[in-house]
Amino acid sequence: MESTFHIPTAAEMLANGETPDLLFWVGCAGSFDERAQRITRDICKILNHVGIKYAILGTEEGCTGDPAKRAGNEFVFQMQAMMNIQILEGYAIKKIVTACPHCFNTIKNEYPNLGGHFEVIHHTQLIQSLIDEGKLRPADGHAFQGKRITYHDPCYLGRANEVYEAPRKVLETLDADLIELKRCKSNGLCCGAGGAQMFKEPEPGNKDINMERTEDIIASKASIVAAACPFCMTMLRDGVKLKEKEAEIQVLDIAEITARANKL
Amino acid sequence: MISQVIFFCLLIFALLFFAKNAGRIYRNIKLGKAENRSDRPTERLKIMTLVAFGQKKMFKKPLPALLHLFVYVGFCIINIEMLEIVIDGVFGTHRVFSFMGSFYNFLIFAFEWLALAVLLSCAVFFVRRNMLHIYRFGGRELLKWPKTDANIILITEILLMAAFLGMNAADYKLQMLGHAPYHLAGAFPVSQYLAIILPDSAQTLVAIERACWWFHIVGVLAFLNYLPLSKHLHILLAFPNTYFSKLAPKGKFENMPSVTAEVKAMLDPTLPAPTAEISRFGVKDVQDLTWKNLLDAYTCTECGRCTAACPANITGKLLSPRKIMMDTRDRLEEVGINIDKNKVFQEDNKSLIDDYITREEIWACTTCNACVEQCPVNINPLEIIMGLRQYAIMEESKGPASVTAMFTNLENNGAPWKYAQADRANWTNT
Ligand code: SF4
Ligand code: SF4
Repeated sequence: MESTFHIPTAAEMLANGETPDLLFWVGCAGSFDERAQRITRDICKILNHVGIKYAILGTEEGCTGDPAKRAGNEFVFQMQAMMNIQILEGYAIKKIVTACPHCFNTIKNEYPNLGGHFEVIHHTQLIQSLIDEGKLRPADGHAFQGKRITYHDPCYLGRANEVYEAPRKVLETLDADLIELKRCKSNGLCCGAGGAQMFKEPEPGNKDINMERTEDIIASKASIVAAACPFCMTMLRDGVKLKEKEAEIQVLDIAEITARANKL
Repeated sequence: MISQVIFFCLLIFALLFFAKNAGRIYRNIKLGKAENRSDRPTERLKIMTLVAFGQKKMFKKPLPALLHLFVYVGFCIINIEMLEIVIDGVFGTHRVFSFMGSFYNFLIFAFEWLALAVLLSCAVFFVRRNMLHIYRFGGRELLKWPKTDANIILITEILLMAAFLGMNAADYKLQMLGHAPYHLAGAFPVSQYLAIILPDSAQTLVAIERACWWFHIVGVLAFLNYLPLSKHLHILLAFPNTYFSKLAPKGKFENMPSVTAEVKAMLDPTLPAPTAEISRFGVKDVQDLTWKNLLDAYTCTECGRCTAACPANITGKLLSPRKIMMDTRDRLEEVGINIDKNKVFQEDNKSLIDDYITREEIWACTTCNACVEQCPVNINPLEIIMGLRQYAIMEESKGPASVTAMFTNLENNGAPWKYAQADRANWTNT
């Protein structure tokens, strides 16, 4: 897929004597994982569409350190954090939108104590505010009309930071059939990837956590499950694939749903 | 007179013994590291009022919440009755508060209904716990003593309430007979029906009334001293524990200041390297935890709401956040006994990690905060798990191989995967 618009980096902007109003923090998954890259591009499409003056750090971005921190390696975490803070401060960044709840949580809650003070929002919150401002509204005859859609709460967006409404708001604008999973909001069930589990084999048990979660989704009879985290995306897609439900159930990020509904 | 003396001695003994045990628990909690949890007092009071007094989090599950509410309200209110019993016991009076007249009648009326509600609730709890298969009452950590403990509590409450109603029934019947000193006082909506089955002889009735009275008060004093040994301690500690709740968002994990100094020196060579830090990174044993973690451990009611919500536990992994709390308490008790014996802690070649909590357990956690969200008394098992991971990684460099590889990738490429930093923005050109 060819991008038809240019995605500016903070360095380019600085060279032109500008600072972005909003920095888009892409995250490691959004940068390297092929599936998550599609979400990244959709977020850029949305930003471009509404005309926000944004930038990415590009090759200057580094992992926030979340997986190191949750795995117990405070050294690697703080190293990453301080390098990132230095770079962000170098570009006089004030406001950040992240595409990943883990990045969101880390920059919002753990960077301030290391000297990094930024206003941080998750992309679902950004989309909600754009909807509230009337800048985004589903096009007529959008792809989701009448579809049965459910939403999986990512732990680091929901329980960890109590963002439950923003992603739901996005779905409410579609004239779709919305349903809640049996375990949702503060009682939501983890996809199994947090706390550095994404990078290791699960401990022995009866089943993997993503399978347990996939069963909730299958039980809901939804044809689309909305995610808001690249890790959840991977885990839920794997679950759906292993349950051989790929034909019936689609996993889409809130940003992708927004981009499609707005025909971007 | 003799009975007054016996009562008085018993009371003093029970209170002193309780004070001693409470002191020991306080000392044990203070073995933990310092942490400031006294900022924002208004917010803290609010949380305590809602969560501990108001039982807010219990109502995630309405039926047990309602039954628990009966037991809780019943317990609080019947303590007023206890006050009368204590005064009567010490001064040899009978129903000393009865001068309050119709208000007294109302009080006894309410106590009777509450006593019945407590009795029935405990009976339902007993059946639920022992005969129905409820997920959170399973689990290997609940097998031996904890199961007995829970049943002792329920049976004791049932017996205490039965004694209370029996005492009232006999008293009521004696009042009807006009037997001194059983003057007319109180209203007995429940026990008047019990009175029907009691014998008619005044002498036997007095014996029953006295026996129930003594059983009730001795039972309560014994129960008070059973608390420090039991999960039932939560009826006291739930209040301070919720007051000292974590106020930051659940996702925020504290940063280690000792590491900050070192990392700063690494990033900026002009800064002096920090003077040798002797303190340990992470948590090897209970003394490395904060006092709040230790207070958590003593507050845990072993209800298993955390475990029933834990994704790792649900999918059959070894991790159970309830077990994390119970292990912490067990180890802390062991350390406390060691200190009592030797004045200072003598190395016993044991630690919380490995001897109590295994590596397999701590590495199964997804840090999802489900346990923290569920706990009705705001306990945080995740902090303990994180502390143990930090010890394993930073002190011992021992962790799953793939996790260590992830660290290496982060250090070399700034990403947890093996991709070059230079390729990070390749997605912009595809
Ligand atoms: S944070 Fe860890 S221990 Fe707590 S529920 Fe989640 S996986 Fe289980
Ligand atoms: S930690 Fe909380 S939820 Fe878990 S068993 Fe103890 S009291 Fe219950």
